[in-house]
Amino acid sequence: MTTIYIPRDTTTISLGADKLADEIVNFAADKQLELSIIRNGSRGLYWLEPMIEIETSAGRIAYGPVMIEDINYLMTSVMASASANVYTDHPLYLGLTEDIPYLRDQQRLTFARVGIIDPLSIEHFLQHGGFQGLKHALTKKPAEIVVDITDSGLRGRGGAAFPTGIKWQTVLLTESDQKYIVCNADEGDSGTFADRMIMESDPFSLIEGMIIAGLAVGATRGYIYLREEYRLAQQVLEQAIHVAEEHHYLGEQVHGSGHEFRLEVRMGAGAYICGEETALLDSLEGKRGMVRTKPPVPAVAGLFGKPTVVNNVLSLATVPVILARGSQFYKDYGLGRSRGTIPLQLAGNVRHAGLVEVAFGISLRKLVTYFGGGTRTGKPIKAIQVGGPLGAYLPTAQWDTPLDYEAFTDIGAILGHGGVVVFDDTVDMAEQAQFAMEFCAIESCGKCTPCRIGSTRGVEVLEKIRQGTQREKNSQLLIDLCETMELGSLCAMGGMTPFPVLSAFNNFREDFFQSLERDGEI
Amino acid sequence: MVQHLNWDPATISRIARKHLDQEGALLPVLHSIQTEFGHIPPDCVGQIADLFNVSAAEVHGVLSFYPFFRSTPPGRHTIQICRAEACQSMGSRLLERHAKLTLGIDFHQTSADGEFTLEPVYCLGNCACSPSIRVGTQIFSHVDSARFDALIDDLQTNILEVK
Ligand SMILES: Cc1cc2nc3c(=O)[nH]c(=O)nc-3n(C[C@H](O)[C@H](O)[C@H](O)COP(=O)(O)O)c2cc1C
Ligand code: SF4
Ligand code: FES
Repeated sequence: MTTIYIPRDTTTISLGADKLADEIVNFAADKQLELSIIRNGSRGLYWLEPMIEIETSAGRIAYGPVMIEDINYLMTSVMASASANVYTDHPLYLGLTEDIPYLRDQQRLTFARVGIIDPLSIEHFLQHGGFQGLKHALTKKPAEIVVDITDSGLRGRGGAAFPTGIKWQTVLLTESDQKYIVCNADEGDSGTFADRMIMESDPFSLIEGMIIAGLAVGATRGYIYLREEYRLAQQVLEQAIHVAEEHHYLGEQVHGSGHEFRLEVRMGAGAYICGEETALLDSLEGKRGMVRTKPPVPAVAGLFGKPTVVNNVLSLATVPVILARGSQFYKDYGLGRSRGTIPLQLAGNVRHAGLVEVAFGISLRKLVTYFGGGTRTGKPIKAIQVGGPLGAYLPTAQWDTPLDYEAFTDIGAILGHGGVVVFDDTVDMAEQAQFAMEFCAIESCGKCTPCRIGSTRGVEVLEKIRQGTQREKNSQLLIDLCETMELGSLCAMGGMTPFPVLSAFNNFREDFFQSLERDGEI
Repeated sequence: MVQHLNWDPATISRIARKHLDQEGALLPVLHSIQTEFGHIPPDCVGQIADLFNVSAAEVHGVLSFYPFFRSTPPGRHTIQICRAEACQSMGSRLLERHAKLTLGIDFHQTSADGEFTLEPVYCLGNCACSPSIRVGTQIFSHVDSARFDALIDDLQTNILEVK
């Protein structure tokens, strides 16, 4: 019997993977073929999706991107060939999946199982090293688990890069009758989809990470705060939680250990600011998602005032591999204070868009040329925005910066959640700057004036600059406004919107001054 | 396309009661109500407030904060166009203009025939295959003007078939 893998994550489905699966089932029924179809997650080589894989004695062989009209020819050829010497002549033949350079040259630790297994099969999960981290954690004292995480050098992958071990330590040391683990699955940054991939393609790794976090700090309840836009992830997570309960990994007794841990998915409702951890907690409590003043930090007084670990999906999904293989193993990847690997997401106008998990330190240039293959439109790259809507736009001169938290901070940029959005030379950077202000105006929680009013003023000022109205005066006004926002905002929404705005303004000045000066007008 | 029911107080209580053992259950309740009725009928806000022992103003405050919750029924199809950066880099601004022209409506509006509601969205996590749109809960990749028109055609034909 031949085993064939057909992916089923949001993007592959949007590219026709479900219809493809139906057709292949029909084809098999028609030709009376013995076919075992597994719906795996996506490997994240999205320009090759839908990519189907055939199991052979030599390993999994990939074909892609497969369209409905390819099925007849492809399947006939595949079925006719002997199992190991699969049909190599086909134009969609990609060879052994693991040998595709884009995949081969990554270091997938957090994404080790993504795209390989059936996301909802706990058997697949176990066969591929799942719950090994939990097994080790169950033999350790809480403080020892925390030490492992601290020693690994893991820093939060949600954007702020705060050391995860220190956060856990605070929660562990804060006495309380109830503590919580909250997973930040709001993934609001444009150009990012790594959280979605984990949740849709390997949900048990997130569940395992959350259970371990619970054991480490003494929390018995966990919430996954998921953005409303991620309905497939919701479905998969809820099913995975159900399976984990049936197998007694979740519930009153985590794997017969006497430790309780329960997990629930909660949906957001379209507000970007609810990705900010304290706004998220307010939202979980059933309120407007308003940013709280710190202190107290959530680790001391978080959800319902109780000590709470708030971590990003990727941070939590990385915990199991650290426990399974040791903190030193993880720490050996990366450099300086950026240890381990970072799942980067190549998006926008790039030929080979997808998920690239590599050790910290690769240059942006290598990422977008070697992995990305340049732009999808074939035109030269003009700017790259790294780190979501609050991240800087980087010009050519800065593309040799290594992807490392400190190196990015040094050039006034951020790595954020690892989103990398590529723009070709048709982009109008003044328009991008104006959008950054507009986005801030739309998504501001409204608590502080520099953010709420400043962003609206920012849109107006940029409009004037672009029209050529009192250019000198308005340019100065823009700079002053950005300074006020940076210094006077409570959170990074208002505080970092100046990053994309000023990076565009400073590095692509010609785009702002296209129209003639119309001085004298207001 | 989802068929929505007309609301009545008994259904609201039934929905709310299912959630009352959850901590901070207001958002889950609002989600369930919107799933059932397509929107949160303003007339049921008082009832929800009573169930949670809070003021109607507070419930209203929550409702107005979150873009996803709506107080009016949507069209038969809700189309969301991603306005965020990865989609911009592949031409979503053009698509946005085209969609508004084609449907004859702006964002947050419903076409006169009740067929389409147009909403903006800021990233669908489909940024590798931008521009992206979402129709109901289904996401579409690489949407240019031609693909958009084909999709609209499809949606309208399907309705005729159902009728
Ligand atoms: C405006 C704003 C939006 C944010 N959005 C997200 C988000 O969508 N997902 C996320 O994990 N963190 C987001 N963060 C960061 C969180 O506040 C917080 O740092 C993070 O959840 C902590 O988890 P980590 O340490 O594992 O990264 C956002 C922060 C700000 C200021
Ligand atoms: S900076 Fe903006 S989003 Fe952040 S707390 Fe202030 S008003 Fe709210
Ligand atoms: S930016 Fe449009 S889907 Fe992410």
